[in-house]
Amino acid sequence: MPGVTQVQTTLNGEVVNFLCEPRQSLLECLRDVLGMTGTKEGCNDGNCGACTVMMDGRIVDSCLVLGVEAEGAEIMTIEGMASPEGLHPLQQSFLENAALQCGICTPGFLLASKGLLDQEPDADEGRIRHWLAGNLCRCTGYDKIVRAVLQVSKAK
Amino acid sequence: MEPFEFVSPSSIDEAVKTLASNGDNVRIMAGGTDMLVQMRAGRRTAPLVVNIKGIPELNVVSYDASKGLTLGAAVPCYKIYQDEKLSAVYPGLMDSASLIGGIQIQGRASIGGNICNAAPSGDAIPAVIALGGVCNVAGPKGTREILVEDFCTAPGRNALENGEILVSIFLPVPQANSGANYQRFIPRNEMDIAVAGVGSSVVLDASGQNFVSARIALASVAPTPVFAKEAGDSLAGKAVSEESIQQASELAQAAAKPISDMRGTVRQRTHLIGVLTRRTLNNAIERARGG
Repeated sequence: MPGVTQVQTTLNGEVVNFLCEPRQSLLECLRDVLGMTGTKEGCNDGNCGACTVMMDGRIVDSCLVLGVEAEGAEIMTIEGMASPEGLHPLQQSFLENAALQCGICTPGFLLASKGLLDQEPDADEGRIRHWLAGNLCRCTGYDKIVRAVLQVSKAK
Repeated sequence: MEPFEFVSPSSIDEAVKTLASNGDNVRIMAGGTDMLVQMRAGRRTAPLVVNIKGIPELNVVSYDASKGLTLGAAVPCYKIYQDEKLSAVYPGLMDSASLIGGIQIQGRASIGGNICNAAPSGDAIPAVIALGGVCNVAGPKGTREILVEDFCTAPGRNALENGEILVSIFLPVPQANSGANYQRFIPRNEMDIAVAGVGSSVVLDASGQNFVSARIALASVAPTPVFAKEAGDSLAGKAVSEESIQQASELAQAAAKPISDMRGTVRQRTHLIGVLTRRTLNNAIERARGG
């Protein structure tokens, strides 16, 4: 029976240590081991993007990353997106544009959108729609989400 | 998921020894985007998972204009299409790297993993076959090369023997006046599994009006990706024309042996192979002419 492994990772800027079994996904480790329940489980097989987190600056589906792979990595979740000064501009824009209803997909969409604008601050609508294809929303019909991201993008 | 041990070897030797001493009780993990889904669903089980992302040779992206491209088997897709030089030299490879999964998947999934997973629908495989790719394999008996078209042996099965790993994929330097393209048909715009896919590459003469050679490969129309050799060979020495392209597309259709399933019927898939062969040839020709 495989034992538990100690993992040290940087989570939202803070060094954390946790114990996990190799079979546990990063998603399970975040939610069940570390109690960081902002990251949501949707399909648990890489189709829906609800569990999107940043890993070393790239967005990944945390259901398709093993917790043990977080060793030495920098992970950012929705809990690390706002600052003490206030919400991240994307969070504010999602609120203003009513870009969410049930909210399950929202943390994933926010991280994915941040991943895009970090890299391409002037992403246009086409680029936003393409980039967010790995995130599913069954409530909004996507239009409000795309508008919310476009409002923060420098593309005008 | 069933419990398993997890090891991350730091060298090819260490990986080969671990694999060889564990026989069938082991799964190799690169990006894990197929493998973890299969493990979770119980379609694959293994008491030991070998993560090969820590091996330097599997992370190499090395292009030399006199030698070609050596692409480490664990290099994630985004590193390939974000490389401007590679994008310019191998646009046919970029077609695949940029449409496998969504951005999250492309942050992890590798071309090498796509080939090893050996899905009939693997989007990278026809593109790499069309480009004349070769698999560099390491194992207990040393290294060997396997043509990509010979690598997939059945759905989910490949030519790797006990203890062997795919180290890298080699792509030759594109010849003068050559071009390539991969396209697939899916019912959505993104994030779906190919109902049918075609990768084509062409080499034209200096005038750009005649084929010197061509390679065509097909996805999702047989138990493995198909190298439609006769279809490509039929173009050698012929003038670039609707007629020659039509003939090649019919030979590609003849090489396809599709089944009807939830994604498409035999008739639809056969039709799609014709359409996609013509489209990818025309795009490859345009790229070969510098368009």
